[in-house]
Amino acid sequence: MNAGHFLAIFISSIFVSNVILSRFLGLCSFIAISKETRPALAMSSAVLFVIVMSSAITWVVYNYLLIPFDLAYLRTISFILVIASCVQLVEMVIRKFMPALYRVFGIYLPLITVNCAVLGVAVLNTDMFFSRGKPLPGSFIFSVFQGVCVGIGYTLAMLLMSAIRERLEYSRVPEAVREFPIAFVTASLMSLSFMGFNGFRF
Amino acid sequence: MKLLPEFLKGIIKQNPIFVLALGLCPVLAVSTSVKNALGMGAAATFVLVGSNCIVSLIKKGVPDTIRIPCFIIVIATFVTIAELVMKAYSPALNRALGIYVPLIVVNCVVLGRAEAFASRRTLPASLADALGMGIGFTLGLALISAVRELLGSGQLLGYTLLPGFQPALMMALPPGALLVIGGMLGFFNLLKGRKE
Repeated sequence: MNAGHFLAIFISSIFVSNVILSRFLGLCSFIAISKETRPALAMSSAVLFVIVMSSAITWVVYNYLLIPFDLAYLRTISFILVIASCVQLVEMVIRKFMPALYRVFGIYLPLITVNCAVLGVAVLNTDMFFSRGKPLPGSFIFSVFQGVCVGIGYTLAMLLMSAIRERLEYSRVPEAVREFPIAFVTASLMSLSFMGFNGFRF
Repeated sequence: MKLLPEFLKGIIKQNPIFVLALGLCPVLAVSTSVKNALGMGAAATFVLVGSNCIVSLIKKGVPDTIRIPCFIIVIATFVTIAELVMKAYSPALNRALGIYVPLIVVNCVVLGRAEAFASRRTLPASLADALGMGIGFTLGLALISAVRELLGSGQLLGYTLLPGFQPALMMALPPGALLVIGGMLGFFNLLKGRKE
């Protein structure tokens, strides 16, 4: 566990294998909510928060519940339950204590349960930081850190995309490719440029 | 009983990928080769059929407020079954599809059909709907992956179709997936516009 590890996770989850542009996780929300910058930012911060929380909780569930009782095959079911209840909890807490914030991203919260980025990170964490049913050294810290970085990568892609789509509103796009098709083509070009980060070596 | 239309609508008229634009994350990620796409399509169809049937059977007993978590548990159960079967009988496919197998749980097609269709209709209708949607999903997936595999490697299902063709590596990489789906959605919109 050293700074190099953290840097590798940081660069790889934000740039090289960006959740959206190279792993295609959370693509539905990326296309649906990126029409304007403000909601895009609200959605990304909600996703960032839920990803970090759920990567911490799913690590604990996996390490102290599923592995000791030899239930690793229940990973998918237990993780989705953890995420759903986590989202519900966050929604209730925000509604009670931060009504202003709730108005900004309250409506996006239920959507996050079925955002594949959240479950994707949880599954990736168990794939990357566990080996033969044993946690690798520092795997909890790495899992949470990877959650943070993936959330930042998601935010970055959302912000870039929404900025581009705000400009697209003013350009003359052929009737047939308006809205979704042009958004996908834009995403493709963004993904192409993100592939330029592939050459990073440590 | 009008089961045939329920079955057929998922294949073209309401194709989950091209018309409803649902469940795109796994579509883009696993469409690098036709073989992976068919495997993914089969797994998703199995989950769709299983969860639609169970949801339409239990719909009366599920309180309205917690129906989504209940549906997700049903779906997750079938995904786990699919995952275990795939691991046992086709480990190579399981490795190729990677984390996208457990991610069928959050595939919007599956939850969308459970919520929009199976939770209000009878068992036979839900079964027909799930089969049609599953086949439509698989067909869409196969189409996208065929384009990508052909342009990205000059092959189809591992057979070289275009000898001497310089493959465009980009089509096999993530940007190619987004480009193909964007182009196809635009193309289908164009066809739709013509007809109207």
